[in-house]
Amino acid sequence: MRRSAAILAVVAAVSLAACSSSTGGAPTTSAPAPSSTSSSMAASGSITVFAASSLKGSFAEIATAFEAANPGTTVTYNFGPSSGLATQITQGAPADVFAAASTKTMDTVTTAGAASNPQVFATNTMEIATPASGGASVMSLADLATAGVKVAVCQKDVPCGVAAQKLFDQNKVTVTPSTEEVDVKAVLSKVELGEVDAGIVYVTDVKAAGDKVKGIEIPADQNVTTKYPIAPIGASKNAATAQAFVDFVLSPAGQSILAGAGFAAP
Amino acid sequence: MTRHSRSATSPPWPVALPAVLALAFLALPVMGLLVRTPWGHLVEILTSKTSLDALRLSLETSLFATVIAFLIGVPLAWMLARSEFVGRRLARALVTVPLVLPPVVGGIALLLAFGRRGLVGQYLDACCGVTLPFTTPGVVVAETFVAMPFLIITVEGALRGLDAKLEDAAATLGAGRWTIFRRVTLPLIGPSLVAGAVLTFARALGEFGATITFAGNLPGVTQTLPLAVYVGLEGDLDQAIALSLVLLLVSIAVLVGLRDRWLRTGSVS
Repeated sequence: MRRSAAILAVVAAVSLAACSSSTGGAPTTSAPAPSSTSSSMAASGSITVFAASSLKGSFAEIATAFEAANPGTTVTYNFGPSSGLATQITQGAPADVFAAASTKTMDTVTTAGAASNPQVFATNTMEIATPASGGASVMSLADLATAGVKVAVCQKDVPCGVAAQKLFDQNKVTVTPSTEEVDVKAVLSKVELGEVDAGIVYVTDVKAAGDKVKGIEIPADQNVTTKYPIAPIGASKNAATAQAFVDFVLSPAGQSILAGAGFAAP
Repeated sequence: MTRHSRSATSPPWPVALPAVLALAFLALPVMGLLVRTPWGHLVEILTSKTSLDALRLSLETSLFATVIAFLIGVPLAWMLARSEFVGRRLARALVTVPLVLPPVVGGIALLLAFGRRGLVGQYLDACCGVTLPFTTPGVVVAETFVAMPFLIITVEGALRGLDAKLEDAAATLGAGRWTIFRRVTLPLIGPSLVAGAVLTFARALGEFGATITFAGNLPGVTQTLPLAVYVGLEGDLDQAIALSLVLLLVSIAVLVGLRDRWLRTGSVS
């Protein structure tokens, strides 16, 4: 009995070792002793980052830089409206990191216990996007209240929709939108197609769209600022890499990519 | 030992295992919906303005889409089934495109055709100031595009399966083409017309991708039930689940309505 148990233990140990060396994808050279402290563990393997639509361009760049800095890692994204992503996460979607476009949305995830200790990594402001050519002439926020001017905004539960409403309220303009799109990129495409005369999007979206849309800046004293928090997800199966990604976004390297995309520092 | 084969065509017993798996796979999501339904304040959610607006809009637009599909789809089905014309095969292929096309692609295609800067839409806008996107008629257009093929294909199939001798007999008795169609053909394909219309209505009611892409999302104007469900996912999960339940009930009602046609065919033959 004792002997068979011992044999079993050896077999188990060997197969476990085989498993760990194959899953890591690393060549089976010197095997370091398994570290118990997470801080000493190097980032490896793949993580899934749930991120707000408005982060699409800059986070793609960050993934490339992160993967280059941490060989053996793969970052996969699920971009969408922050609030929709928050619902997915609280319903148990396999996310490792969540980057939201509003602290309120992040709060729903932390309140549900799915994440803790979120950190603000960037801020963004709003801008009016208009079609590159033609269309009604929208020159300022006040023009959006003109009858016949078609305006697209994000729907009310999405951070960019909340920001748009706040923008209208604090500047006392009454805008009747033609459509409330599911996320900011959908607003932008309706502008690009010329289906609306104007859309309320983030400064970074106008910048990313290049010459496909014409941006009309909103003066700083009239504008609304949104904060972008990021946090590793508690249920992550790859907590070390998730934390490394969060750290990378907050690092000078990550911050310079975000600044290049038009985000302001927290 | 007591087991005896009922017939040579009944499947061997190991087939039951994956079969049960398939059944469970299809049934579990429905159960999940029922379990998570907020029964306590279901009435309250379903009588909220958002829900009622979405429900009313969905019923209205789906009904309109079905009527339009009937008015222009049945003639097309008749042509496809009964007349020889150049490009008939191409026409039949075109009819099936919306069936296999992802609806969101249909929505983009509709925008590029009927949008304000679209192929046809720019002239509609220039001549008559008509723009379809972001309007209730736009929702009807999206739903008709996606759902009409169900009616056309059902009716065309019925017409092709019809015994031509009955119509020939009417013709030898001196009936004209319209009379034959009204008095002989129409009654014979009646059940298929109803089935096709119900399927079209159900498909229109469930339409999401083409609608949100082409008609946008505005409560009371273009936000149909499926759109309200999707938007609910971002704000009020209970509302999303409650509205999903409504759509599920409608689907079941459609199945019950069609049971004579679809569910009993297996046992009859």
